[in-house]
Amino acid sequence: MAASGEIRTATMGFRAKPNSMARQTNIIRIAIVLIIAVSWEALSRSGLVFKDVVPSLFSIGAAIGKLLTLPAFYANLQVTAWEIFLSLAIGSSLGIFVGILLGSNRFMSFAYEHYVYYLAPTPRIIFFPVMIMWFGVGIASKIALGALSCFFTVALSTAGGMREIDKVLIRVGKSFRATPMQMGLKIYLPAMRVPVLNGIRLGFGTATVTCLLAETKLSNQGLGYMIMQIYSRFDMPSLYGLLIIVFVVAGIGNLILGKVTGTSA
Amino acid sequence: MGKLLNSRAFAISTGVFTVVGVFVLLEVLLRIGAINKYIVPLPSQVIMSLERIIFEENIMSRVAETAYEMSVSCAAVIVIGVPIGAVLYKWVALRRAVLDWVAAMAAAPLVLAFPLFLVMFGRSSTTIIVMSVITGLAPIIIKTTEGLLAVRPVLINVGKSLKLTQQQMFWKILLPAAMPTIFSGIRLSWTFVLISVVGIEFLINLGGLGQLINDLAERYDLPGTYASIGFVIVVSVIFFVLLERVETWLRPVK
Repeated sequence: MAASGEIRTATMGFRAKPNSMARQTNIIRIAIVLIIAVSWEALSRSGLVFKDVVPSLFSIGAAIGKLLTLPAFYANLQVTAWEIFLSLAIGSSLGIFVGILLGSNRFMSFAYEHYVYYLAPTPRIIFFPVMIMWFGVGIASKIALGALSCFFTVALSTAGGMREIDKVLIRVGKSFRATPMQMGLKIYLPAMRVPVLNGIRLGFGTATVTCLLAETKLSNQGLGYMIMQIYSRFDMPSLYGLLIIVFVVAGIGNLILGKVTGTSA
Repeated sequence: MGKLLNSRAFAISTGVFTVVGVFVLLEVLLRIGAINKYIVPLPSQVIMSLERIIFEENIMSRVAETAYEMSVSCAAVIVIGVPIGAVLYKWVALRRAVLDWVAAMAAAPLVLAFPLFLVMFGRSSTTIIVMSVITGLAPIIIKTTEGLLAVRPVLINVGKSLKLTQQQMFWKILLPAAMPTIFSGIRLSWTFVLISVVGIEFLINLGGLGQLINDLAERYDLPGTYASIGFVIVVSVIFFVLLERVETWLRPVK
């Protein structure tokens, strides 16, 4: 009895510890949020800075409410979402194709992979003038730029994943005399699903940023365009509000993709 | 034939010849009118325009301007990021509370907030620097914490047995042992900083290399635009190669 009591106490102690840690973590998080909110509000009301630069949290909250009731916001959100979706679809498809080519063949990898590797971290937005010349000022240029951003991440991730595939699986496929198409669909893609999905998730992030930035540069629709319109009106609460909404929407998109792909941040 | 295909030098040469071949093909297609010259300039014109860009567009002063913004941002990222990472390593509860937020910050489209910083700091280098520092902070914080947490317990025990003070322990044991991981964070952060500096220069049409591309594109100087994009790519690649070399040099031999 005493032993079982000890076990129960030990178990309870073991269970209580993570709970108390979680509580402590939550308390710290709430404290940080409160400190930032109170400091922000105090700074806003102090008159130390120009009031429009640091608007009251209440006015930002009201602006968010107002933005969420505007039909124009949903129309622009739809355009941006469509651009990101198409960028991701095109960039990922090309990236997976090129990644498989580079990852499955040593010769191709030595010949071409370093070009993809070193072009991947360059600032993609600088290609925007070229995309405008090729695809015009409409959404096609944003989609092309988003696809270009997404392509490198997915290609490198797929190539890396391809090299990690268990050689036994490849030999099994070959012993069954699978065609290249069958090898791709039945062996390679299922075996490297995690790196490919991780690449797509990272590609989503880069495509989102690139499409939105391109919209801020030259566009007449989309959330990036809306941000620049609000900026030109100097409507600071709405600017803060819209940026918060964009961050939240991007975060939700990333979270959904994380759930779908089964990967975490 | 099999041996030749396995040769690394042959593969690399093939890659170089493919790139050269693409440019030659493009030149031919443009000259015979298969591709519109008003959309894609002749590669030979692009190469010729490099000289004009270097001498007429003051490329050296533009490189210096971008380099200045980069240097200040990169230094600030280390000065701010490494201590924050060290604090998160030391304070477990705070680490649990905020590390997820820092990771979310790394994935957030922070650079989109540039209009906000334009209002705060005006159309100046300060906007570019502040924005770039914010964009580059997350990786260095995460990697510093990760590096310090991964220091082998035996090293810490050696420090304890020598009765080192907390400061000595940090400077003599923890920091040197975590340096390779911290440098991985520095490399990632500086990559973010470079993308942000050139990107914002391009977007707000101010500063060095980013503005050059924007200027030439607005003048519809096609060869110049392509040449300047190529120049920025070359500068970026040199920067990444150098960073990689330093990282490899710092990595412990296994």
